[in-house]
Amino acid sequence: MGWNSEQDNNAIWISREFSKCSGCRKCEIACSLQKENKIWPEASRVRVFMLVPGAEFPHLCTQCEDYPCVGACPFKVLGVNKDTSAVTVDAEKCTGCGKCIDACPGKIPHIHPKTKKILICDLCGGDPKCAKVCQEGGWNCLKVVKRGDHEFKLYSRTPEETSKNLATKMYGERAEEFM
Amino acid sequence: MLGYAGKFLEIDLSNSSFKNTTLPDEWLKEYIGGRALAAKILSDRLVHKWEKVDPLGPENLLFFMTGPFQGYFPGGRTCVTGKSPQSNGMVGSTVGGEFAVELRCAGYDGIIVSGKAEKPVYLFIKDSDVELRDAGKVWGKDCKQTDALLNRECRQLLDERYPHVGVWKQPAKLYIGPSGEHKVRPSAVIAKWTHAAGYGGYGAVMGSKNLKAVAVKGTGPLPEVAGIEKVKQMIDDVCKGCYGNVMWRRYGTGGGGYSFGADTSSEPVRNWQEEWHDQRSYGVDQFENKVWVKSAWSDFGCPTNCLKISCIRAGKYKGAISDNPDYELQAFLGPNLGLFTPEENVYLSSLIEDLGMCGIQGGSVLGFAAELYQRGILTKKDLDGLELKWGDADAFAVLAKKIANREGIGDILAEGVYRAAIKLGKIKNKDLLPFAITGKGISIGAHGIRSGMDFSREIGYTCSVQGGDHTSMTDIPIDGWGSEIWTIFNDSAVMCIFTSFSLTPTFRYEFYNALTGQTLTRKGWLNGGGMKTLEIQRALLLLGGPDLTWNPNADDDNPQRFYEPLPTGPCKGKAANRASVKEKVMQYYSQAGWDQNGVPTSETLTKLKLESVDESLKRLRK
Repeated sequence: MGWNSEQDNNAIWISREFSKCSGCRKCEIACSLQKENKIWPEASRVRVFMLVPGAEFPHLCTQCEDYPCVGACPFKVLGVNKDTSAVTVDAEKCTGCGKCIDACPGKIPHIHPKTKKILICDLCGGDPKCAKVCQEGGWNCLKVVKRGDHEFKLYSRTPEETSKNLATKMYGERAEEFM
Repeated sequence: MLGYAGKFLEIDLSNSSFKNTTLPDEWLKEYIGGRALAAKILSDRLVHKWEKVDPLGPENLLFFMTGPFQGYFPGGRTCVTGKSPQSNGMVGSTVGGEFAVELRCAGYDGIIVSGKAEKPVYLFIKDSDVELRDAGKVWGKDCKQTDALLNRECRQLLDERYPHVGVWKQPAKLYIGPSGEHKVRPSAVIAKWTHAAGYGGYGAVMGSKNLKAVAVKGTGPLPEVAGIEKVKQMIDDVCKGCYGNVMWRRYGTGGGGYSFGADTSSEPVRNWQEEWHDQRSYGVDQFENKVWVKSAWSDFGCPTNCLKISCIRAGKYKGAISDNPDYELQAFLGPNLGLFTPEENVYLSSLIEDLGMCGIQGGSVLGFAAELYQRGILTKKDLDGLELKWGDADAFAVLAKKIANREGIGDILAEGVYRAAIKLGKIKNKDLLPFAITGKGISIGAHGIRSGMDFSREIGYTCSVQGGDHTSMTDIPIDGWGSEIWTIFNDSAVMCIFTSFSLTPTFRYEFYNALTGQTLTRKGWLNGGGMKTLEIQRALLLLGGPDLTWNPNADDDNPQRFYEPLPTGPCKGKAANRASVKEKVMQYYSQAGWDQNGVPTSETLTKLKLESVDESLKRLRK
């Protein structure tokens, strides 16, 4: 299990700078168009949370070094793609039990509303569409970088944690009352 | 039909009953959605007794409408409408946000609400699961509190009822503040704290129905379209056009706070006594550098991000949060009140939005009151001890709260500028209508006509079926650039015009065809659904009632102030010309198929197959 940064220096990561998110949801649109050929926000692997207006951010897999989701799957459905470092899902075998959600420090994976299988970002095989549309629009919230040695886990936060941070950054002490 | 979810949710609040309604494809093809389709339904159901329908009574219908563009065409908006407690006609009002997208993903094209709930409720929709819930805990709360409380409660419900699927996102919500609860006519339907369906006063209609909010979570895909590949390409085209528009993306409408005041002399200053100011410090750069905490804020799919967020982080107004403010609120809660600092402007915008008032209608009624105070017509005693001086943000804040809660003088001002002018005029035994800058009971948007340098035209507000609405003005020729017919399309497909500036005039019809597989043309809309909607809305406006009706000979006109010369600025001395306005109004009547009295003729209505509307107008033609 796991991914070795020595193996492939072409592997990527989607860096994220949440305070630059405009809340446009173009990442959700691009992801669902890529995977479903439909605009389907709830079936998107990246989801924009807006628990506090103005404090929107994209919530997507950060590919933790230790991949707790992969280890937590009772049916060995999850794995790691050696080339991209993305979590892989054997959808045929996924029972939608949600153990991987529980294991994820950021509670990022979610169940597809129709297929009832788990949805986890697969980095679009190395060419992530979410980051592409974000870059096209110049927001620069999502950006493809080399995988390198980022503190991946720092980005695996629950929506509540990230919302509170962003709201505090924007609105100061009032953030508390909006949570 | 392709492009549609296929059903509408109908709710009768009087007996808490729900049903799904499917409309004939022919209606959808003709009226598309949003404003036009609501006009069709509203007129079919109520035109026969329109004058008797109290907009704030249980018999009024309240519509939350989407359109086939929603979710696909960049920029999320929802159309809110019904019989307007401001104009007594019908106003198609739209509000930004994700509500329409969530509703379509839940399987509905719109919601039609009738009746009145016994006690405050809110509507919670999760796909086909629909529920009216007790709103006791949120009733009385301001809009920011309401948003937070509903988010918490609805996400908890989703967690409990639909567990083990991961963390639930927020539902989309529309809600009212205390102002709407108290049936204050200048009330808006609010989304995302700061977005408002303001024109029309539908916040008061929600309040009259004891409906605090609607929250919706849809987990399905958007409705299937005819040509997804074509639609994808066209979305890209829209976005590319917007990305090239640096001005809108960087400043939104906020740049107008300086330019419409200083450059074009068309901004309300001290209740339109002037339309010019040279307060360079009031330019958008001051907002951006001083109070913006977010410089790009978008609704669903929007490449323009014309919204920004301001927060006052220190000093007297610490904790005030608003969007940009956009140009209208910059104007109406700025120079219109003699205020010229970003901090005061953001403070009042934040307060008005918290109260759930429309920034335009609310700011206008504050300015109206201040002019009466300036002229000694309203005294300190009338105002319960308040000295309502221009430039005193704190005094305006006190008055805004009185209006939202209908306290003291606020109870009269809560009727909106036009009705307050009549009521106070009776008390003071004076004609106060010259100080009411309104069109058909609706305060005019912050784009004056006197300088002739703004986009507003001299008959723009006179014949609009939405009165003073600056987003639905009209002009001659009726098929020309400034025609209301095109606005009706925007509000019916339900699209944001701030993502459409780079597009050709026919692009939106091609987009509609790609979504639905139809073959609509610009001309087809002009001669079909567009014109039909115009005639329906005109008929409903003229039927009016029960408290006010409009006399076209007197009321298809600008407010008197627009004929008084501008007193200051580079356009000093300019004014609208009565003879020219009258002549153009008569030409407009003729082009719209109306008689010399401004009433749609039987011939016009019969040709458009609007027989029931014609039948009802006979009551006026007598």
